[in-house]
Amino acid sequence: MIFAETKVYYAECLIRGRGFSPQHRRSPKIETQQSVFIVEPRDYRLTEPLRLDCGRELADVNIRYETAGTLNADASNAVLITHALSGDAHVCGRHAPEDPKPGWWDNMIGPGKYIDTDKYFVICSNVIGGCSGTTGPRSVDPATGKPYNLNFPVITVRDMVRAQKRLVDHLGIKKLLAVVGGSMGGMQVLQWAVSYPDSLASFIAIATACQFSPQNIAFDWVAREAIKADPDWNNGDYNGDRTPDRGLAAARMLAHITYLSEESLGRKFGRNLQDKQDYDYDFDRDFAVESYLEHQGRRFVERFDADSYFYITRATDYFDLTAETGGDLVKAVSGVEAAGMIVSFSSDWLFPTAQSKRLTDALLRNRKEVTFCEIKSGYGHDAFLLEVETLGRMVRDFLRHQAEVRK
Amino acid sequence: MIDRRDLDLNRRRDLEIISALVNPGDRVLDLGCGDGAFLLRLRKERQARVLGIEIDQESVIRCIANGVPVIQGDMDAGLDFAGEDAFDLVVLNHTLQEIRRPDILLENIVRAGKRAAVSVINFGHWNCRLQLCWKGRMPRNAQIPYQWYDTPNIHFSTLSDFRELCRKLDISIVSQTPIASRFPLLTKIAPNLFAVGAVFVLERKSQSPA
Repeated sequence: MIFAETKVYYAECLIRGRGFSPQHRRSPKIETQQSVFIVEPRDYRLTEPLRLDCGRELADVNIRYETAGTLNADASNAVLITHALSGDAHVCGRHAPEDPKPGWWDNMIGPGKYIDTDKYFVICSNVIGGCSGTTGPRSVDPATGKPYNLNFPVITVRDMVRAQKRLVDHLGIKKLLAVVGGSMGGMQVLQWAVSYPDSLASFIAIATACQFSPQNIAFDWVAREAIKADPDWNNGDYNGDRTPDRGLAAARMLAHITYLSEESLGRKFGRNLQDKQDYDYDFDRDFAVESYLEHQGRRFVERFDADSYFYITRATDYFDLTAETGGDLVKAVSGVEAAGMIVSFSSDWLFPTAQSKRLTDALLRNRKEVTFCEIKSGYGHDAFLLEVETLGRMVRDFLRHQAEVRK
Repeated sequence: MIDRRDLDLNRRRDLEIISALVNPGDRVLDLGCGDGAFLLRLRKERQARVLGIEIDQESVIRCIANGVPVIQGDMDAGLDFAGEDAFDLVVLNHTLQEIRRPDILLENIVRAGKRAAVSVINFGHWNCRLQLCWKGRMPRNAQIPYQWYDTPNIHFSTLSDFRELCRKLDISIVSQTPIASRFPLLTKIAPNLFAVGAVFVLERKSQSPA
């Protein structure tokens, strides 16, 4: 759900000397010291149509993915990373030496890092419905030769996972060592564990839940309403000259607030004014926090598509692991075979700890092997990308143990 | 005085007694498992399937490093995740005195486990009695190194108190092993005076003996 920009922003905060922990301060240096880790985007075009939860079939699906590291001889070291709402397949490394920005989880994944690509074969693909290479609403419909726009079928998290399963099969991996993801990525992780219990040895679900809460659905609704209210949206049929940037930026600003906490906003911005000493007594930007949100909105529209935002938020709205068991979560996770690690963050009010605990309890009631930890953090939902050292140690050690068990 | 060395010995003795209760393949839950070292040992030596509960984040992270499945949580919040007899053995090692409601926890652990192994500190030890009686001060020693105002130990009991609580809760005491590093004969005769602690093995009364 969170952007790479957030990290950049936080890094800027660091450079300006705002109080952050030392590990964050170190990371930019490490990047300059290391030789650049190059990754390459790839495409896999599904040979068969993808059957979707909504009943429709999607033909000619392309999956954009990246891999890092080497698959070992018995294909037992593969780790699938599932990305959050606004993420993409570019999870680590850079596409070219001069590339200014690394992948969205580069401080977690790479040679010698917590998810060590010297040991593991890391895969990350863009979700279907996305706008970063995988087939989505702005792709060309082979039946009409025009972009799908809102004719694109409504997709679900399970559909995303179905497409990923095809990719994993194509790569010759029968059983993944682990599926790892946070937020919407965490939903995919849980769907993997439920839908394909024999295809993964372990999973790590971070800052997520077994179903999207009414509060989350409500935020998505308002975000989509903001896009709808932009005249340039044109019912999803827009082109390069006029895109619903204002609507999408407003949606993103709203969503971004939900990724932070009152504490983190207060600590970073307080009631500080932006480049001025006094109020302007008008409705333009006065406060630093307003400027920050503007910045976030502006950056988002440069790299994300409004129709994709519709489809992906809808997919998360529909996410409910218990839908087929009449709300019974214990029953819903009864088929899970993989060992799990579930992580929440104390100040995350979008996916609160109680939801992770509920999931943990359901797995325990089924006598599954599960580990749960709530990491103390003031960063809100964003902590999933910011508490790199604490989370990283846990992920590294959990994966190491799972790899040992598999030997 | 009970010194540090004795304490370490005693703890080791506790763990040996508890370890001997575990059969291969048993499901063991350790409440307040620390870094998971004891569970790791049970898994290696007794092929147990283990789970720890621990409240401290750093300890949880160390459990993960040890490869021990662990749930971060507060024992006072209950053991709702565990159905009846979900575990073959529930271990509560030197933790009962830190629990807000030891009675409720005891009921929970004999429900969640076919058996429970509870090691308790004996506040009726002669040294504790002397400190209170002669000095008129709350006892402090290696097992209870804290001042009264900053101690995590909020519920002290003697071995007799503990037995009385089990009786009241209708929990049967399968065995009890007093722990002491000196005066073995006296400890046998008067454990409530000479043992620094004891390991109790408990079961629900309603449960027929296996």
